[in-house]
Amino acid sequence: MSKTATIIKREFLSRVKKRSFIVMTILGPLLMAAIIIVPAVVAQLSDSDYNIAIVDDTRLFYDRFDDTNNILFTPLSTNIDRAIEFMHEDRFDAVLHIPEIAFEAPSSLRLFSEKSVNFNAKLLVERILQTEFESLKLGHAGIDKEILKAIETPINIQAIRIKDDGELITDYPEVSMGLGFVSGFLIYIFIFLFGSQVLRGVLEEKTSRIVEIIVSSVKPFQLMMGKIVGVGMVGLTQFLIWIVLTFAIVTTFQVIMPDLFRFTPDEQVFVTSTQVLSAEEMEKQKEQIQQFDTTAGQIMQGLSAINFPVMIFSFIFYFLGGYLLYAALFAAIGSAVDNEADTQQFMLPVTIPLLLSIIMAQMVISNPSGPVALWLSMIPLTSPVIMMVRIPFGVSYEEIALSAGLLVIGFIFTTMLAARIYRTGILMYGKKTSYRELWKWIRHA
Amino acid sequence: MEYLLRAEHVTKEYARHRALSNVSMHVPEQSIFGLLGPNGAGKTTLIRIINQIIGADEGSIWFNNEVLKPKHVHEIGYLPEERGLYKKMKVGEQALYLTRLKGLKGHEARKKLKEWFERFELTPWWDKKVEELSKGMQQKVQFIITVLHNPRLLIFDEPFSGFDPINVNILKEEILNLRRNGSTIIFSTHNMGSVEELCDNIALINKSEKILEGEVHQIKKAFKSMIYEAEVDQLQKPLTEILDRRFTLIRSEKQNGIMTIRVQINGHSTTNDLIEALLPAAQVLSFKELTPSMNDIFIKKVTGKFPLEK
Repeated sequence: MSKTATIIKREFLSRVKKRSFIVMTILGPLLMAAIIIVPAVVAQLSDSDYNIAIVDDTRLFYDRFDDTNNILFTPLSTNIDRAIEFMHEDRFDAVLHIPEIAFEAPSSLRLFSEKSVNFNAKLLVERILQTEFESLKLGHAGIDKEILKAIETPINIQAIRIKDDGELITDYPEVSMGLGFVSGFLIYIFIFLFGSQVLRGVLEEKTSRIVEIIVSSVKPFQLMMGKIVGVGMVGLTQFLIWIVLTFAIVTTFQVIMPDLFRFTPDEQVFVTSTQVLSAEEMEKQKEQIQQFDTTAGQIMQGLSAINFPVMIFSFIFYFLGGYLLYAALFAAIGSAVDNEADTQQFMLPVTIPLLLSIIMAQMVISNPSGPVALWLSMIPLTSPVIMMVRIPFGVSYEEIALSAGLLVIGFIFTTMLAARIYRTGILMYGKKTSYRELWKWIRHA
Repeated sequence: MEYLLRAEHVTKEYARHRALSNVSMHVPEQSIFGLLGPNGAGKTTLIRIINQIIGADEGSIWFNNEVLKPKHVHEIGYLPEERGLYKKMKVGEQALYLTRLKGLKGHEARKKLKEWFERFELTPWWDKKVEELSKGMQQKVQFIITVLHNPRLLIFDEPFSGFDPINVNILKEEILNLRRNGSTIIFSTHNMGSVEELCDNIALINKSEKILEGEVHQIKKAFKSMIYEAEVDQLQKPLTEILDRRFTLIRSEKQNGIMTIRVQINGHSTTNDLIEALLPAAQVLSFKELTPSMNDIFIKKVTGKFPLEK
């Protein structure tokens, strides 16, 4: 086994065997799965019924309130005082009072409740009454319902991307946005987490004074690269375990509790249509919208438009390229200082491009083919994050190849730079290093 | 003579200062060689060049009559002045790792390590973390790691700094043992007294330049001070009358009735002449030559005067 391989093996094993690694590797997917599962569970839990009694002095709207999943309406023919007594007897959670003058003075509408009112219920009641009042007023103004129906024109533009080869694909920018941002962010986190592990590792070797023993057996460059590659492999391992475990946990939940993941459309949407559509028509429209509008459906359609081989390949490439580029710089910083506190002055210029790329990612998302996006995805310091944000929107192979090539040149350059600082730095003790000093090391090496 | 290591006209400059200028050094096979000089003289720089940690600007290093190459790191064992271990790593595992980097095979390294651990009573600590070991034990581990791959050349930079006296003796014993088994040893230290009795040859370095090199006994001969110390009693005459122009009185001191005198013999006169001069005038209680230590020789070489001459 070559010496570099021996070093990589130690760097890898010593980290993978650490308790913190094992804890993080297990906790990570649990957290990620929780993010996916908990909202679904909570949504189900909060499904306890909310009963609203309706006292309609105008007697116009009694049949206009349709129950939803968890909000139930009960028309009462009693007066409002009696209804409030019922509420006190716990037969209702809230009482809606529509007084005689409601139509002329909507501000007289009241929703009484003992506890703080259910916000969704209030919104629903408001929406129903608003629609009803409006159509009544339209009727008074002599506008026919049929005309009204004819006027209603739902607009849903399908975004079509024409590829260079003439193929048409439906575009789902929301999905591309989500995917791009998540993968860009993952790369950002990965570089930061494991880059600083490289820094700490180098610093540990320097402060524990083992480094001179090691460099009498291997070249400083071998030690540096061994550490960078070893830590990178730790990162990849953790990442792969995370993905597999998260997938496993979520799938298990889907099998055990399939109800959780059946996406149901928001029913409130259809209440407004009761007046103009027959029950049959409504069902039809419901189905249609369900197909298009459910989150799951849209995500599925959106995902099918993404070029996954390109996506996965470039993710791994930028993931590693970005890490190698920054890890070399982090290693150089670790070698140039004596203790962790002194790292600050050198950390800033290294972290700024990284921070910049995650901040600019939001701008890039809104205009993924603009000049800012193009430039930032070419500069090796920002390209790992920015290019990953852009790729789900579709980037030409030429651009990806150029950016990838520049990234390779970039990390070869930073590695060479870092190696020069590193081999002088690791043997320097005692005095605080300045930028001028670093420049001398680079030039004289 | 067969030299295991030769440095020829080595020069090394750093951004701000010259660490070595035109230094040559010849280390005979199977000898103990002292590389002596004050702090900052350039010793560590020379050692790092021999270990191929840094490169020389000019000059060459020869190992076993070959130009020094990367493969030679396997034949050199180096205990640096600034030495340490991974604190969180287990002792045995770490020793295995470091010796593997020196080119030793896993099973062979393990077997040898077990033997050395047994010898240094470290076996119970094999699976402990380094930070649980006392400083003395850590130093023993470092020593084992340095010598385990049976290097032909061993380099110890300030080996005794930080060692307690018991460990210093163990270490000296082991080092003599290693030479007996064929190793060549270079000691580097600013504390010249500490290795004088061990060394066969020395080189003195001061301010980046080698100022002296050779066999210890020959150097001592060449730097004979010709200064003698005598204790005398019952002086018949004043010292100035006893000691004529052939001798220089450096110092005289009277304590409890006994006079201690320090005299330098000039020109071609001998010790017999001095004794002859003393005998008729006083009772001579003791008479000895003041041999200069390496430290004295160094000072003489740098300042031109022995510290004994006062």
